[in-house]
Amino acid sequence: MAEALDLKAIGTRPVRPDGIDKVTGRAAFGADLHLPNMLHGMVLRSPHAHARIKRVDLTRARAAEGVLAAVSGADFPGGAGAGDLAKNVIARDKVLYHGHAVAAVAAKTLLQAEAALDLIEVDYEVLDPVMSLDEAMADGATLVNESQHTNGDTSKPASNIAATQRFERGDLEAGFAEADIVVETEHRVPMAHQGYIEPHACTATANEDGKATVWCCTQGHFDVRSLTAQVLGEKVGNIKVIPSEIGGGFGGKTTIYLEPLAVRMSQMTGRPVKMTMSREDVFRATGPTSGTWCRAKIGAKKDGTFTAASAWLAYEAGAFPGAPIGPGCMSVLAPYEVPNLVIEGNDVLVNKPKVCAYRAPGAPQSMHAMESAIDELARQLDMDPIDLRLKNSAAEGTVAPYGPRFPAIGLRECLEAAKVHPNYTAPVPEGAGRGVAVGFWFNIGMQSSAEVRIAEDGAVTVMEGSPDIGGSRASMALMAAETLGVPYEQVKAHVGDTESTGFCNVTGGSRTTFATGMAVVQACEDIIAQCKQRAALTWDLDEEQVDWVDGEAVPKPGVNADVKPLSLADIARGAGRTGGPLLGRASLNAQGAGASFSCNFTDTIVDTETGKVDVLSFTAVQDAGRAIHPSYVEGQMQGGAVQGIGWALNEEYIYDDNGVMENAGFLDYRVPVASDMPMIDTEIIEVPNPFHPYGVRGVGETPIVAPLAAVSNAVRDQLGFRIPDLPLSPPRVLEAIDEQGGGD
Amino acid sequence: MGAYAYQAPASVEEALSTLAAEAAAGNRAQMLAGGTDVMVQMRSIDKGPRTFVDVKHVAEANELHIGDDEVFIGAGIASAVLNENDELKSILPGLIESADLIGSTQIQGRATIGGNLCNSSPAGDTIPALIACGAVCVIASPGGNREVPTEDFVTGVGTNVLEPTEFLIGLKIPRPKGRSSDAYLRFIPRTEMDIAVCGAGVALTLDDSGVCTAAKVAIGAVAITALVVPDAAAALVGTTVDDEALSAAADASSALAKPITDKRGTVEYRRKVVGVLTKRAGAIARDRALAL
Ligand SMILES: Cc1cc2nc3c(=O)[nH]c(=O)nc-3n(C[C@H](O)[C@H](O)[C@H](O)COP(=O)(O)OP(=O)(O)OC[C@H]3O[C@@H](n4cnc5c(N)ncnc54)[C@H](O)[C@@H]3O)c2cc1C
Repeated sequence: MAEALDLKAIGTRPVRPDGIDKVTGRAAFGADLHLPNMLHGMVLRSPHAHARIKRVDLTRARAAEGVLAAVSGADFPGGAGAGDLAKNVIARDKVLYHGHAVAAVAAKTLLQAEAALDLIEVDYEVLDPVMSLDEAMADGATLVNESQHTNGDTSKPASNIAATQRFERGDLEAGFAEADIVVETEHRVPMAHQGYIEPHACTATANEDGKATVWCCTQGHFDVRSLTAQVLGEKVGNIKVIPSEIGGGFGGKTTIYLEPLAVRMSQMTGRPVKMTMSREDVFRATGPTSGTWCRAKIGAKKDGTFTAASAWLAYEAGAFPGAPIGPGCMSVLAPYEVPNLVIEGNDVLVNKPKVCAYRAPGAPQSMHAMESAIDELARQLDMDPIDLRLKNSAAEGTVAPYGPRFPAIGLRECLEAAKVHPNYTAPVPEGAGRGVAVGFWFNIGMQSSAEVRIAEDGAVTVMEGSPDIGGSRASMALMAAETLGVPYEQVKAHVGDTESTGFCNVTGGSRTTFATGMAVVQACEDIIAQCKQRAALTWDLDEEQVDWVDGEAVPKPGVNADVKPLSLADIARGAGRTGGPLLGRASLNAQGAGASFSCNFTDTIVDTETGKVDVLSFTAVQDAGRAIHPSYVEGQMQGGAVQGIGWALNEEYIYDDNGVMENAGFLDYRVPVASDMPMIDTEIIEVPNPFHPYGVRGVGETPIVAPLAAVSNAVRDQLGFRIPDLPLSPPRVLEAIDEQGGGD
Repeated sequence: MGAYAYQAPASVEEALSTLAAEAAAGNRAQMLAGGTDVMVQMRSIDKGPRTFVDVKHVAEANELHIGDDEVFIGAGIASAVLNENDELKSILPGLIESADLIGSTQIQGRATIGGNLCNSSPAGDTIPALIACGAVCVIASPGGNREVPTEDFVTGVGTNVLEPTEFLIGLKIPRPKGRSSDAYLRFIPRTEMDIAVCGAGVALTLDDSGVCTAAKVAIGAVAITALVVPDAAAALVGTTVDDEALSAAADASSALAKPITDKRGTVEYRRKVVGVLTKRAGAIARDRALAL
């Protein structure tokens, strides 16, 4: 199949279509829209992490200079019974985290809006905040939501544990009994933010006919449409959403925060309303990923064969249920053949912002635990950590812990490539440590649509609905060029708004190049079928007698016709005579998203007097199935590695005793800066996904999974003891060294 | 809410009368140098109305003078200019490296040492380095210029000895003689674009046999102001600045530090690491002096 293809466009590295506009500052992002008579909206946020709202009085704010609208939860349907999404957009009966939106105003100027916020009167009954998993899960804990029962089981008392999940196979106890060595570790990983560079921003305008248009930066404008409609109690058809260019999302822009507020205030005033978040708002009030508490246990025979493993995972959901325990449980042992296992997950409410997706949501945390335990196991077995993983690695036919049987996967290929990589065969630098870990993400398919339109000169326009967060327009154009047999430069890919293109699910789950790409390929095949039909008509042949070769219609071999091949441009130019414009389309619910595995290894060195960890080198090996645009695959691998390293070393939400985040800015929420990082070396493995026409697997999420454990394991290697919790920030590392009586 | 105004006086005299006039009118006036602290603050914690008085057009504040006995660095000079001055780098490498740590290339195109000092943050990077090399503030005052040693300039978090009608013209630094050099190190969890968790500046003089005859040590971000550490200096003087002397100096810095626990580090952490930095900066200053 795909391997046999002679690819011309796919696998090349052309300039991305949005590149020039981005580097020259022309590209329009979420906050770049300015409309006549536009109002500026601002949000009043809760000063408490947990409180009951007794009263919200907007009277004085409404009367303030320049103010044309002010809203609170009472201006939205559902009241105290509204859904979680709506309550997260604007609080009703309770505020559940510091920064939770309580009210909003729209005024003629930003300064007027800001001044009006001070005039909003809110009476709170302050409650104890629940700020840690230990507190939240303890008997008699303060409840974040008094009517939350675990898994909806009202026969049991209310609990902060919103949901649980369990996977089981074989006989765990028997499996551990069979083992010669059993390792058990326990880890905490802090809540972390995606750190996208562009804060959330939107502008909404509502017309007298009840229709509203929203411009915003999002990973999924169709989702913004339906979610905004839901919060407002509007019909989906009344809302049109136009996505802007997006300055990063990483999962964090798959939901809504400001949009319903802006639409409602535009409906009230008849004027456009623009709302933007500050960086502080982004940290305090948008969804980071879960802080976690994980236990991992694994047993093996002397030869390294795994006999049993278990994982116990507790994830912070934030203020509303929805921590990624499902994916956390799915991922934790997915790379291995384990005959006996139990995996348990807990989705736990705390008074922190409602978590949102962040690149492979849930997997980095659980796999950090298990990959640390496996590292300890390799040490005790005195086995190379790659060899131990190879010995137990999942392969085609392995039944994943969450049920399905893996088709062709590339884990072994990644491990084998890592083992012989020059960075791995090189000795560990003097004084440093080396760590290895494996990463996994299952990837998703879901719904996508695409249209392909051919201009009279043969120019190809691809119209699809997946916001481009990582170079996907270039990849769509490459797949279209490959399928149609035309040069890349002849194709332009666009992301259409909700009314100019067919439905696409969110850009997330590493699905876009896979699923939307598949729709693009099918839409191109539709064009080819039409071209063959038009050529047959022109040549007075049967459709079956025409082939499409290298971008031209030609008679099939053996067909006796003395005609010149017809190019896409030829057919398009004459389309009026053969049935009208060429328009190809496809819509699908993509099945068979192939899982992507990785192996990462890194050399790090700890300054044992300051506790600072420097990353000397980092190598990411990952299965991409087929790299459509290799530079953007490498870019995903490098970006994910850097985010994972940042999380491992310094990123964390730091809260004070009142539940107020203390580091809501990039000065003290320390994502790595460029000079902190070595070049992230990449090696793309291509084990084609049999379910995609070109073999694509999603690649966007797997890269962030392994770095947490790879870095931890490297630090462990140098120090001679393990620091189980993240981040490995200088104070934590130095304290651990001091406790152990100074390095090695 | 309210208005911002901007003045760009060309001389000390003009600047002083601008400040006096604003004070008399009951307006708030604030000196502006590179604006790399001011602009951030006016968009976040300090939005109120005021008149900015730009020091970058004051002629006297744009002087950079490297004399036989004294160096003068005007308060309007961007640190990028200092970082590119080879002579300055060779005679005051520690001070210049402290300025070179600030922000990024872009920030350094605007930022000044004077602004760093006048901002008076406990974590200001140039402050321990200025103190260590004996810098003196030249202050324009309605009654005439006055001089204040840098170690007496900052009085608290964000406060200093300047009156609202005064401003800093520049810094006077005795030119290091013989085998004298300096060094500044700070600790941050990243490599740049961060704020010091702690910092240490060391300036010292060696005699021909390599014995330290004079030393000054100052530490930053471990108290509300930068601290001079006389015991650390005393531990170095009379020694060849060997490991033993350096670790005594380190202990002296750790002992004097009065840090707090916050999101950037714990008391224990800062106390320990400020000693490590003292030791390392001392060794760098020693090696630089030996190389002269
Ligand atoms: C991205 C970034 C990174 C940074 N990194 C660092 C860092 O690593 N280390 C560090 O220490 N700082 C850092 N800073 C802070 C800042 O850049 C420095 O403090 C800089 O030296 C300030 O100089 P400035 O000329 O810009 O001062 P300004 O912002 O112009 O002024 C600062 C203060 O001093 C007063 N002032 C300025 N000049 C005079 C004068 N002549 N007389 C009286 N008062 C005066 C002003 O009124 C103001 O209160 C950083 C800032 C940014 C934005």
